[in-house]
Amino acid sequence: MTTTASRRPQKVTFRDRLLRLAGAVTTPVLPDDYLDLIAPLRAGAPLRGRIVAVRPQTRDAATLVIQPGRAWQGHTPGQYIRLGVDVDGVRQWRAYSLTSPPDAADGRISVTVKAIPDGKVSNHLVRRIRPGTIVHLDQAQGEFVLPAATPERVLFLTAGSGITPVMGMLRSGLADRADVVLVHSAPTRDDVIFGTELRALAERGALRLVERHTDTDGLLDVAELAALVPDHLDRQTWACGPIGMLDAVEGYWSANDLVERLHTERFRPTVITPGEGGTVTFTGAGVTVESDGATTLLDAGESAGVLMPSGCRMGICFGCVVPLRQGAVRDLRNGDVTTAVPGDGVLVQTCVSAAAGTCDIDL
Amino acid sequence: MTVIQKKAVNPIAHLSAEDIEIIGKELDAIRDRVLADRGERDARYIRKVVKTQRTLEMSSRAVLLFSLFPPAWLVGTAGLTVAKILENMEIGHNVLHGQWDWMRDPKIHSTTWEWDHVSPADQWKQSHNELHHRYTNVVGKDNDLGYGIMRVDEDQPWHPMHLGQPLWNLLNAAFFEYGIAAYDMELGDHLKQRKLKDPTFRAKARAVGRKIRRQVLKDYVVHPLLSGPSFLSTLAATFTANLLRNVWSHSVIMCGHFPNGVETFEKTSIEGETRGEWYLRQMLGSANISGSRLLHIMTGNLSFQIEHHLFPDLPSNRYQEVAPQVRALFDRYGLRYTTGPLPKQVASAWWKVIRLSLPNRRDSRQPIAPAPLVTSGAA
Repeated sequence: MTTTASRRPQKVTFRDRLLRLAGAVTTPVLPDDYLDLIAPLRAGAPLRGRIVAVRPQTRDAATLVIQPGRAWQGHTPGQYIRLGVDVDGVRQWRAYSLTSPPDAADGRISVTVKAIPDGKVSNHLVRRIRPGTIVHLDQAQGEFVLPAATPERVLFLTAGSGITPVMGMLRSGLADRADVVLVHSAPTRDDVIFGTELRALAERGALRLVERHTDTDGLLDVAELAALVPDHLDRQTWACGPIGMLDAVEGYWSANDLVERLHTERFRPTVITPGEGGTVTFTGAGVTVESDGATTLLDAGESAGVLMPSGCRMGICFGCVVPLRQGAVRDLRNGDVTTAVPGDGVLVQTCVSAAAGTCDIDL
Repeated sequence: MTVIQKKAVNPIAHLSAEDIEIIGKELDAIRDRVLADRGERDARYIRKVVKTQRTLEMSSRAVLLFSLFPPAWLVGTAGLTVAKILENMEIGHNVLHGQWDWMRDPKIHSTTWEWDHVSPADQWKQSHNELHHRYTNVVGKDNDLGYGIMRVDEDQPWHPMHLGQPLWNLLNAAFFEYGIAAYDMELGDHLKQRKLKDPTFRAKARAVGRKIRRQVLKDYVVHPLLSGPSFLSTLAATFTANLLRNVWSHSVIMCGHFPNGVETFEKTSIEGETRGEWYLRQMLGSANISGSRLLHIMTGNLSFQIEHHLFPDLPSNRYQEVAPQVRALFDRYGLRYTTGPLPKQVASAWWKVIRLSLPNRRDSRQPIAPAPLVTSGAA
């Protein structure tokens, strides 16, 4: 697609004038800051959503039904959204696959979240969040989707909450257009997310469902596929599950030289394990340094010649705050570790923080 | 030698270097306890204050559209004054300190916030957070000691200009936000040294000019115009609200470091200062205001100036919670926790401004033998 820049002089519309006047009325804050108090989901607002319902799925998973704001642009089945929610007062962002069909009549979307042990956000979403809560959203993204021309034969290999993007595809009518086999692993029958719905689909012949209950039958070995789904290598395959499973699947398909038929989604976030010190990259300056666990990021950057903003150098003035794009840092005053993945928008005080692993600083 | 050690009674003579470090550790522990517990309750608090302030500001301004009608003028002006005070004190000052950065909400963050004040947020943050809070009450380093136009400590040299300082202080109170803007851009220094063409200064001056234009346009043109026939009365209302807000914040801030009992320090006394010594300087260099919960909110919790100076980045709603622990620490170590009701503290600060407009009397300070350098750690 090409875009052509408009050569015409910018026309100042009535709406622009109105917005400018509104800005002069509300300065130093924006008219939006007032509108947010009454209509957080209006058109033109940053994308947010209201939790409409929380439906338990299994003992540790729940579906959140969300009314997205007017800025929502829709999604393709299999895609995910990033969702920002305040947990203990702190904005946390996580990615979840959409489980709703894209054309729901009420315009609502849903995600299904599985609480992982010690998962701060997932436990909050599954067990504590209440209908009415406003959450922050990003537009749908992700390449784990069906091609425009639906393949005739499809195999899904999923485990745990890896079923969620696949459920989005199944609910948008895939099973009526293709021959679908789903091989899904979960600890027990009761742990199968969407178990009832999947079994009903299988019962009416819409798909072939192979359930693997790993507590009793053990983990699925990729070699077992030959017996379970004899034509698996002829099928377009989508796999989503824990990293170990995806590694095995990718190894198997490439050994058979058929990687073009395999599509995977690594849905677990990158796990950042904090250590002492690490490689610090100042992305804007293009500078990378090795920093130990006792050197502040400010000192590390300055000794490498990066133009670092700074102030009191003792953690009180917030003059040195910069975005931590990803990685882990430790607050040298009390040892607290802060981690970030891209998009989290985490800002850190460089004068009292040291690297606690590999970090990218947006500077 | 510290300034305080020249006084007849040195308030820290009884403390050993170890005592000072233990005080520092105890204060660190108070801070850590708040951090461990900081969470949803605090977030709810600041969002509630922001929502209240915005609702109050917009409804007061709506009432002022009919300000020709005297009761509407009174109600609107009172509401707008309170809204402007809340915005500067409990919200603006504290957000710009980074007290709420931990929430990771880009809408309530020190890097994105702009306030209802003619000094642009980034300039104020630099002069206030970086200089005043770091060099608190260090004569010659902390320009908040008299804002460069007044003499508020015996150790500041007297100049005939100081004869007029009661008047300067009165004018500064009335137009405080402009005084702060001039102060943040170091206008006085640049005038004195004829460095008005310095590019950094010019950039700052342009930013202040833009901010003043937006502020004046809003308060004295747009809202009066929207009021139609009430143009003049709305203009008078916003002027009154700004004036009252200025006098109020000036009074509160004077109470923070000027009243009797607050100590000042010499430049050399902070060389190689330890964490404990820094804490001690904040403890002795600040004064609180006693009063009701409403007073605390209206002062932006600067009525807990001591706690604020010890922990400038803790959420403001926590200061009154930690105050009893801080005060107990003062008592245990025989230190003076300076506090008093607002009228008393304001009077005390004003008395100092008036008293020090004249040169020191010869006998105002007993010459004493130099005390050991307790706060320098070299004893």
